[in-house]
Amino acid sequence: MNKKQKEALLDPLFNNNPISLQVLGICSALAVTTKLETSVVMSMAVIGVTAFSNLSVSLIRNLIPPSIRIIVQLTIIASLVIVTDQILKAYLFDVSKQLSVFVGLIITNCIVMGRAEAFAMQNTPGDSFLDGVGNGVGYSLVLLFVGFFRELLGSGKVYGITVLSPVTEGGWYTPNGLLVLAPGAFFLIAVFIWINRAWKPDQIEAVE
Amino acid sequence: MGRSNGYIIGFAAAVCLVCSIFVSGLAVALKPQQEQNKVLDRQVKVLTVVGLLDEGSTASPAEIQKLFDENIKAKVVDLESGEYVDNIDAKTFDQKKLLSDPMMSTDITPNPAGVPRVPKQALVYHVTDAAGNLEVLVLPVEGKGLWSTLYGYLALESDLNTVRGITFYQHGETPGLGGEVDNPRWKSLWPGRKVFDADNQPVIEVVKGQAGPVAEAPHKIDGLSGATLTSRGVTHLVQLWMGDKGFGHYLDKLRAKGDRS
Repeated sequence: MNKKQKEALLDPLFNNNPISLQVLGICSALAVTTKLETSVVMSMAVIGVTAFSNLSVSLIRNLIPPSIRIIVQLTIIASLVIVTDQILKAYLFDVSKQLSVFVGLIITNCIVMGRAEAFAMQNTPGDSFLDGVGNGVGYSLVLLFVGFFRELLGSGKVYGITVLSPVTEGGWYTPNGLLVLAPGAFFLIAVFIWINRAWKPDQIEAVE
Repeated sequence: MGRSNGYIIGFAAAVCLVCSIFVSGLAVALKPQQEQNKVLDRQVKVLTVVGLLDEGSTASPAEIQKLFDENIKAKVVDLESGEYVDNIDAKTFDQKKLLSDPMMSTDITPNPAGVPRVPKQALVYHVTDAAGNLEVLVLPVEGKGLWSTLYGYLALESDLNTVRGITFYQHGETPGLGGEVDNPRWKSLWPGRKVFDADNQPVIEVVKGQAGPVAEAPHKIDGLSGATLTSRGVTHLVQLWMGDKGFGHYLDKLRAKGDRS
């Protein structure tokens, strides 16, 4: 693996994370992260879609007429998302019931199209695939971070297993209702960005 | 880059063709598996609500199928007359399809449960003992909660009044609040409560706060805290389906017959 491929794969994790630095894909990060299990499945779905949409777009990048390139990218992404949704319905029925419309909404996730347009249109299929995986994993890191804390503090569980036994079931922990709702995810994403930027100070934007 | 219009149209058509073949091919290939999942999901819910399967059980699909076939009998009921419809195979009966057919469903708006139409025929499940007497009756229910329509089953004991259990197989309520209709602890408050009063009117309701033990409040169930609208929705949907617009006539017939087979 040469330096460029390594960068394509690893940069999106912390140096150029799609959520915490580029602040893309926030909507789905709020919607599906009430539980870790849905976050994990959503992460895999997004990794798959970004990787394969980057690969397919890159394969035909020299053939795509520039005037209709966005529509072509969207068609490819939409097809991949439908396929992902169908596969989830066939093999992970319970989780796909919980994710409901949000799998379909991967189409509107700016990360997928952002990478197709910004990277796959100029780079070789191999590099583009790695870039797709890298960005998918970068997105997943934030999703898992948010999902873990929302499930733990919001319902006292980790991956469906009770860790902090809540008051409603005769325990001692009063679940924090805020974290179950979407605003809770905003706070957690902000905390993630804070930690990320404290660790990599060059990401801090200049004060205007 | 000067590409001719012909090339652009041709390219667009080719992309669409390839994508559509890919998507439809896969959708067709996965369809049987998906249908099976749906059927299995319903069967698990029915088995859980009558108490033949534990909550969160990891039984294999084959075991579930066997348990279901051995214990549960599906029947189609005409809601207006309350009689069984014998010429329809319960296995292929699709209750949801009837709702889009104006001849086969009734407009019942407005009603508090937010259900626009009820079908004229509905699927019920029987659990019978060795002699063929009815032990548990499972009735499908649906209605609006806060965000979504809740779909579920209510199971009654053979006295056609005492609740055996309730479960919802599809809903989109807020996780942690209205979504707690899935909570086994809340569902365990239902068994033993009575649906009907002395005049056979459905009076069971989800109240705000605590309802108390079965003996003191036979017609009441604890509300879901932070989910007043979902709780109210559950009250309305149960009362609708147990009433005359739902299974009321059928239940009357069963009571009158005394024969619970």
